[in-house]
Amino acid sequence: MTPMTMSTEQADHIDGGRFRKWLHAPEPQGWFQSSAQQFHQGWLKFRLHPLGLAGLAIIVLLILVALSAPLLTAYDPIVQDMAGRLSPPSAEHWLGTDNFGRDVFARIVYGARTTLYIIILVSVIVAPMGLLIGTCSGYFGGIVDEVLMRVTDIFLSFPGLVLALGFAAALGPGITNAIIAISLTAWPPIARLARAETLSLRKADFIAAVRLQGATPATIITRHILPMCIPSVIVRVTLNMAGIIITAAGLGFLGLGAQPPWPEWGTMAATGREFMLDSPWVIAAPGIAIALVSLAFNLVGDALRDVLDPRGSQ
Amino acid sequence: MSTSLIDIRNLEIAFGHGTVRAVRGVTFSLGQEKLGIVGESGSGKSTVGRAIMKLLPPTAIVSAQQMTFQGVDLLKADERAMMTIRGRRIGLILQDPKYSLNPVMRVGEQIAETYRFHYPKATAKQAFEQMLAMLDAVKIRDVEKVARLYPHEISGGMGQRVMIAMMLIAEPEVLIADEPTSALDVTVRLEILALLDELVARRNLGLIFISHDLNLVRNFCDRVLIMYAGRVVEVLKARELESAKHPYTQGLLASLPSIDNPPTRLPILKRDPAWLHDNVLELPR
Amino acid sequence: MIEISNLTVRFGASLRPVVKNLSLAVGKGAAFGLVGESGCGKSTVLRALSGLNPQYEGRIRLDGETLDRRRDRPFFRRLQMVFQDPYGSLHPRKTIRSQIKEPLRNQGLATNSIDVDAVLRSVGLDPSLSYRFPHQLSGGQRQRVAIARALVLDPAVLLLDEPTSALDVSVQAEILNLLDDLRKDRGLTYLLVSHDLAVVSHMCSTVAIMEAGEIVEQVEIERLRQGAVEHPYSQRLLRASRLYGKQVTP
Repeated sequence: MTPMTMSTEQADHIDGGRFRKWLHAPEPQGWFQSSAQQFHQGWLKFRLHPLGLAGLAIIVLLILVALSAPLLTAYDPIVQDMAGRLSPPSAEHWLGTDNFGRDVFARIVYGARTTLYIIILVSVIVAPMGLLIGTCSGYFGGIVDEVLMRVTDIFLSFPGLVLALGFAAALGPGITNAIIAISLTAWPPIARLARAETLSLRKADFIAAVRLQGATPATIITRHILPMCIPSVIVRVTLNMAGIIITAAGLGFLGLGAQPPWPEWGTMAATGREFMLDSPWVIAAPGIAIALVSLAFNLVGDALRDVLDPRGSQ
Repeated sequence: MSTSLIDIRNLEIAFGHGTVRAVRGVTFSLGQEKLGIVGESGSGKSTVGRAIMKLLPPTAIVSAQQMTFQGVDLLKADERAMMTIRGRRIGLILQDPKYSLNPVMRVGEQIAETYRFHYPKATAKQAFEQMLAMLDAVKIRDVEKVARLYPHEISGGMGQRVMIAMMLIAEPEVLIADEPTSALDVTVRLEILALLDELVARRNLGLIFISHDLNLVRNFCDRVLIMYAGRVVEVLKARELESAKHPYTQGLLASLPSIDNPPTRLPILKRDPAWLHDNVLELPR
Repeated sequence: MIEISNLTVRFGASLRPVVKNLSLAVGKGAAFGLVGESGCGKSTVLRALSGLNPQYEGRIRLDGETLDRRRDRPFFRRLQMVFQDPYGSLHPRKTIRSQIKEPLRNQGLATNSIDVDAVLRSVGLDPSLSYRFPHQLSGGQRQRVAIARALVLDPAVLLLDEPTSALDVSVQAEILNLLDDLRKDRGLTYLLVSHDLAVVSHMCSTVAIMEAGEIVEQVEIERLRQGAVEHPYSQRLLRASRLYGKQVTP
């Protein structure tokens, strides 16, 4: 098996500036350079997936739109204007107005912030929680595994939306509570995944080597097993993101998400339902936004899986 | 002097849009003999074996001045033509029977299925009888019992016998064996090699034996091809290996630890970049 | 240095032991070979000795001291192991440098107390490789890193589980030479497990031949070379290793 770096002679022939040379140097000088090189290799692989790139573009667009909301529209998403309610898309209101006369485009754009908030918070809660439970369960086995997996099973046995509904109803309506509710339903698959990876990693020689150095189980799990599980967890979370967005939209649809008048795509779709036949833009805009972002995450997740978690490759 | 079964001239194989040249200008012929192809990992030996059967991935770029089997131009042969050759006229035995056998089918069924694939007119009964006869030919005792076993129930050595049976039941003219004994224990290895030897002689087959194990090949094969970095650097009769001329072959021979002649220190093989340009054309047999 | 008495290892609830009543002794500074075919239990012996498998019966002594079934942390500064598969024994996502320093961290020692560059040079590696990841090294280089890592804690005993089986012949020669040099320079004690009699006879002074969980014969290498082995299995193994493909009547 030949090493996958190039010789110094080959490296000398890299065109381009010092940065490119730095990225391709066969002898990295430090941890940062080495990791940057690995990331770069991953990026080159990702680049080969046109659909993945398209998905990534949409997600980047989402982030940019959310960040620059005030720059993109002069309209306030909350201010009502009953005189101009339900007016169709025009030069003045690019996506028309809703039943309260609010500019739909502005509400979409500010609603992107809500969506982003949900995505980030859910990921930040779900990934570490699932990883910790899954790796501990897989590594220790025995009674720890049994207990943790039964708890996971309980959460898994409810359909996501139903469980989220239950939590949200108990906690009360509101965007933060909705996020907590969604997180509580989204972690079990991550835990299962982390556990499966840990079970096979546990037998690997490099883990045996570390045990032979006197490492404690805590060290082994956090420093050696966790880093190996992270790529597949990233892929899984990305792929599940579509479901999370739709669950959030569903909660919003049922009035348990972001409370009015704050714009949230799910709530917007709910209110737009009434006027669907006469003023379709009110529901179409948020509907398309939800579908587009969900699709984007699916596409990126697929491409990421090929880059980070390929089975059957050396 | 038998005529060549396979003739290859200047075979070039590249992967990754031509960036990785796995095989560079390999030339040799195979007669009714046991030809060994020896090389380390990355030498291209397995790639050559698979190229003959056209089993390389579609991204592989294969070209040659000539690649013929009994007059059939393998380069130009389409998939339909190859289907009549693969298995039927050229057989392939791989390293680990665990991975080559279908785990959910009894071994007897798999062999019988192979028979019926190549002889579609045969009845189930005929296939069954042929299968038992073949298991007997590979020296399995209690053939009826073994035929009913699943792959995970048989040992490595027996698995290889089953593979050999499966490959020979269609009565091919050439057999390509890619590291057929590497996954087997030393004592079992000898039995499998003896079996191969007998079958090859009795059926007048040509055998290409691909291996990284020089010791094994020198004692088993008639002629040996030494490959390094995609090229053939030396061709010689197995019994003349002691007088190998190419420094790579000499270095390889010297670096093998042996029970009987222990050097205090194993000489290290110094790789000369000049070898990357060596290429041997076929020596007359 | 190493004394194993009546070692028996069973897996799970099965009645048939994988290792049966095995005893052997390795002198200080010696190289002892354990040879057998797959499934004979030789690797299991190493796992029991290293503490990776604490479910065993029998007694194991290291340098005169009887060991508890569960090894304590200081034990790992006296005994280390090199594994068979260079592709599996290094953590795929850590740099070489980090993995060389890992033993110190796990022993609670300061990670800057060793010179990583010097450690790499002592196994014949260029220090500029230290920030690479394992998949950027060849098989031989990875095995050298594994050996370097095993020696960081300065153990007296090295267990070698088929250290060259997964390597090319020419690379194998380099690694065997390296192991030989290290043993002589540092006065290490080796217990080498292999299926390859040629490798064992090159490296070791004594060899024990295992079959089905038991040692059937133990002999000095010189006598092995003369063919002075008595047990029928040893004779078969020796013959097969010598003949290696020469025509044998089945």
